Amino acid sequence: MEDDLGLVERVRAGDEAAFAHLVRRYQPPLLRLAEATVGSRAVAEEVCQDTWLAVLRGVERFEGRSSFKTWLFRILLNRARSSAGREQRAGRPDDEIERFDGSGAWAEPPVPWSDRVDDQLVAEHLARRVQALLPELPDQQRQVVVLRDVEGLGPADVATLLGVSDGHQRVLLHRGRAKLRALLTVEMGSDR
Amino acid sequence: MMRWWRRRRRALVCRDAVALMTAYLDGELRDHDRIRLEAHLAECPHCTEYLAQLRVTVDALGRVDTDELPDVAVDELVALYRRWRAG
Repeated sequence: MEDDLGLVERVRAGDEAAFAHLVRRYQPPLLRLAEATVGSRAVAEEVCQDTWLAVLRGVERFEGRSSFKTWLFRILLNRARSSAGREQRAGRPDDEIERFDGSGAWAEPPVPWSDRVDDQLVAEHLARRVQALLPELPDQQRQVVVLRDVEGLGPADVATLLGVSDGHQRVLLHRGRAKLRALLTVEMGSDR
Repeated sequence: MMRWWRRRRRALVCRDAVALMTAYLDGELRDHDRIRLEAHLAECPHCTEYLAQLRVTVDALGRVDTDELPDVAVDELVALYRRWRAG
C-alpha cells in the first residue's frame, strides 16, 4: 500500500488517481469524525467536501512535519467547529459512571462479562454495538474516543487537535470509555 | 502524622485505582503509581474485572469498520479535484 506522503507528492504533480486513492483511504474516517463533531450526516458531508478543497489548496504548503492524517483531521476539525448548525451536546456536567461508597470502594461492583468476549464473532458483534453506541456520548468525549481508539492517534496529537490539555484529553477519554463500557454491560452482563 | 501519610500513600482505594487506569493503559503512569495500581489489582477482583472490560471496550472500538466508500462518493470528490486543477 502506497504511503500517504507518496500519494501527496503525486497529487501535487496533478495525479488524479492518487487523489482518488487518498479519498478512498480517508473519506470514511473523515466522515465519521465530522459526524462526531457536528452531529448531523448532511452537515458532516459538507464539512468533508470543504476539507478536501482546503487540502487541495494547502497541499503545496504541507511539509510532512505532522502525519498527513493528523494534518487532514486538523483541517476537518477547524472546518467543523466553524460550521453552522452545530448541535452542542455537552452531556451532564459530571456524570459519574462508576459508583463508589464513602470509603472509595465499589458501591456497585462491575458485573462480570461473559467469557465469550474472546470469541471472534462476539468481538465483531461488540464492534458493531460500540459503533452504534458512540452517538450516546457527549461531543467532546466522542471526539476523543473516535480519534484515540477508532483512528488510533496518540494522546499528544489528539490533545493538540482538540485544543485541550493532555490531562483533559485523558479525562474525556476515560469518561467516554467508561460510559461505553457501562452501556455494553447491559448486554454482556446479562449472559450468565 | 508521617505514619498516617505513608498509610494513605500505600492504600489505594477502588475509586483511585479506576482513576489511574486510562493513564495505565497508555503506559503513561509513573512507576510509583503503576506499582500501587498493580498491587491493588492483585488483590481486587472488581477492579481487575473493570480493567478487563475497559480493554475489551477499547479493542471493540479498534475494530469499528472503516467503511468501504461507494464509487459515487469518490467520483464526486474527484470532480472536485478536476475543478481545482482547472481553476
